[in-house]
Amino acid sequence: MSNITLEAKNITKYFHDPTTVKVLSDINFSVNKGDFVAITGKSGCGKSTLLYILSTMDTDYEGELWIDGESMVSRKEFELAKVRNEKIGFVFQFHYLLDEFSVLENVMMPGLKLGKHSAEEVENRAMEKLKMLGIEDLALKPSNQISGGEKQRVAIARALINDPQIIMGDEPTGNLDQKNSQIVFEVFKQLAEEFKQTLLIVTHDQSFANRTHRIINMEDGKIVV
Amino acid sequence: MNIKLIIKIAKSLLLARFKQTLIAAVGVTFSISMFIALLSFMAGLNDLLDGLLLNRTPHVRLYNEIQPNIHQPIYSQFDTNITHNFIHSIKSAVSRQEIYNSPAIIRTLKKDQRVMGIAPKIITPVFFNDGAIDITGVVNGIDIQSEGKLFHFNEYVTAGEPADIERLSNSIILGKGLADQLLANLGDVVQVATINGDRFPLRVVGFFQSGMQDLDKTQSYASIATVQKLKEKPNNYITDIQIKLNDLAKAPEIAKDYARLFDIDAVDIQTANASFETGSFVRTLISYAVGVVLLIVAGFGIYNILNMMIYEKMNTIAILKATGFAGIDVQKIFLVIAMSIGFFGGLAGLILGFGLSAIIDQIPFETPSLPSVKTYPVSYNPSYYVIGAVFSLITTFLAGWFPSRKASQVDPVVIIRGK
Ligand SMILES: Nc1ncnc2c1ncn2[C@@H]1O[C@H](COP(=O)(O)OP(=O)(O)OP(=O)(O)O)[C@@H](O)[C@H]1O
Ligand SMILES: [Mg+2]
Repeated sequence: MSNITLEAKNITKYFHDPTTVKVLSDINFSVNKGDFVAITGKSGCGKSTLLYILSTMDTDYEGELWIDGESMVSRKEFELAKVRNEKIGFVFQFHYLLDEFSVLENVMMPGLKLGKHSAEEVENRAMEKLKMLGIEDLALKPSNQISGGEKQRVAIARALINDPQIIMGDEPTGNLDQKNSQIVFEVFKQLAEEFKQTLLIVTHDQSFANRTHRIINMEDGKIVV
Repeated sequence: MNIKLIIKIAKSLLLARFKQTLIAAVGVTFSISMFIALLSFMAGLNDLLDGLLLNRTPHVRLYNEIQPNIHQPIYSQFDTNITHNFIHSIKSAVSRQEIYNSPAIIRTLKKDQRVMGIAPKIITPVFFNDGAIDITGVVNGIDIQSEGKLFHFNEYVTAGEPADIERLSNSIILGKGLADQLLANLGDVVQVATINGDRFPLRVVGFFQSGMQDLDKTQSYASIATVQKLKEKPNNYITDIQIKLNDLAKAPEIAKDYARLFDIDAVDIQTANASFETGSFVRTLISYAVGVVLLIVAGFGIYNILNMMIYEKMNTIAILKATGFAGIDVQKIFLVIAMSIGFFGGLAGLILGFGLSAIIDQIPFETPSLPSVKTYPVSYNPSYYVIGAVFSLITTFLAGWFPSRKASQVDPVVIIRGK
């Protein structure tokens, strides 16, 4: 049994609009189970682009992506959707919640989609996650009536609902003030250390990166250690 | 798969844009209700007009046509395979109009499973004398029981008692137009002359109004016995046998059967009235066309609302996809939205359409030519409701298909980046 959760092999990506530009060239790295990894680099160096590929949402690339021992290359759209649902939790920079639903329903949504547990079980699990993040009081609030920091914690709870192999974040603290950033970082740290959750977080925040277990530094579409 | 979740999400999206969806649904409701009302009314009208004809027309009529003998003597001398015979000025033979052996034919017909009922008849041309002038007309000798049962004769008798022609000897029911020309009132006696010149006084016991004025100016009815007396014929003399079948559509086939079997002329209703179905067909076609056009307009309404909704809900679609919903799930969500607009809008439309039909059914519609009709005719045929429901679902499905496909193809990366 290999210990590798995610592996990128020779990933190269071009944008063709307006001219053909190579944004990622020959990215090779792997993330082990339980790793807490930060990706840093200057603005425009291709961090987000890489993360969208790693999260299987972007399929227009060259090279290989392995998640949980399975290749993601030339998989069907619905198969990739299933992988995202089951094995990846995603936290965005902007707190993307579904405004039409309550906090609890937002957290439950990927769990209901997975259909592994009954609706009641999913609800219990969602409440557990919210409790773990200290926001169980917000459960029944409409998701557009809570603060930015709270939204980000709801998004983390949602990312956790299906016990994913890996949680990915694209500057999850980028849009938060100092205090809320601190809270969110503490949540990640707790997840990594107490629950051995694998985390791959893109960040601009050097102090955030320094406190993770490992930093992948990027420059002009390449990894520079 | 996860249909409950998909419906739940569809419901939330729909309720978030409740006003617009309501407007789209009202569009469907409007078109379906118009469709139902229009079709019910048109069908009612068709039934009425068809009834005018069908009620009084036998499905098959047996009679003897006056025509030249098809076996001309020369044919027995010179075989037409070898020679070509020219015969000039052939005249119709003095053939009898009487149906030979009519009691036997009637007995056979009564045993036939395909026959609903039969009514014997004598048709004879006469003159009605009114002072100095003669008015040409026709006396129909009828059996009042079977004529009433099969051809609703009694409904068209506007004054007097139809059964009186059977009970009172030498009595007659005159067409209203004819009676007006003769200045005849109930109880008056009119003079009837046969072609041979014999005169008969007949007592007027009723008036008859068919809805077709030309008919009412010439037709009159008496009992078979009276007409037999008029023509000085024995009591098995009849000229027509009118047959009503259980299945109207079989009339042409059965007419051919009887013509061969009884060696007689037989005409079926389809041949005798080839044009009447065209009118019904055109009216039905127009109703369907209007209904379908209305539905297409409603379909565009749904299409617009859905496109707008998808545009507004790009973020929602992106999040759903990022958290593991496949394109097909997203498509199902928006299809459910479209179909529920169609379902609820259509259901309301069916109910409203029924209401409209019921209202039309109450509007007074009185015409002298149709004494039995008091309000506008409406048909409550359930098949229109089924068609309306199916149409509304199909239209909304099609209207929802393209927007929902678009939604399913939203690239979450583009949306997430774009924020
Ligand atoms: N859709 C696109 N078409 C063409 N070029 C693009 C597209 N999206 C991004 N780029 C370019 O690709 C490069 C990498 O972009 P990316 O968003 O990955 O950078 P980043 O490292 O995440 O930057 P930041 O730290 O500011 O978020 C940039 O130069 C950007 O302009
Ligand atoms: Mg970025």
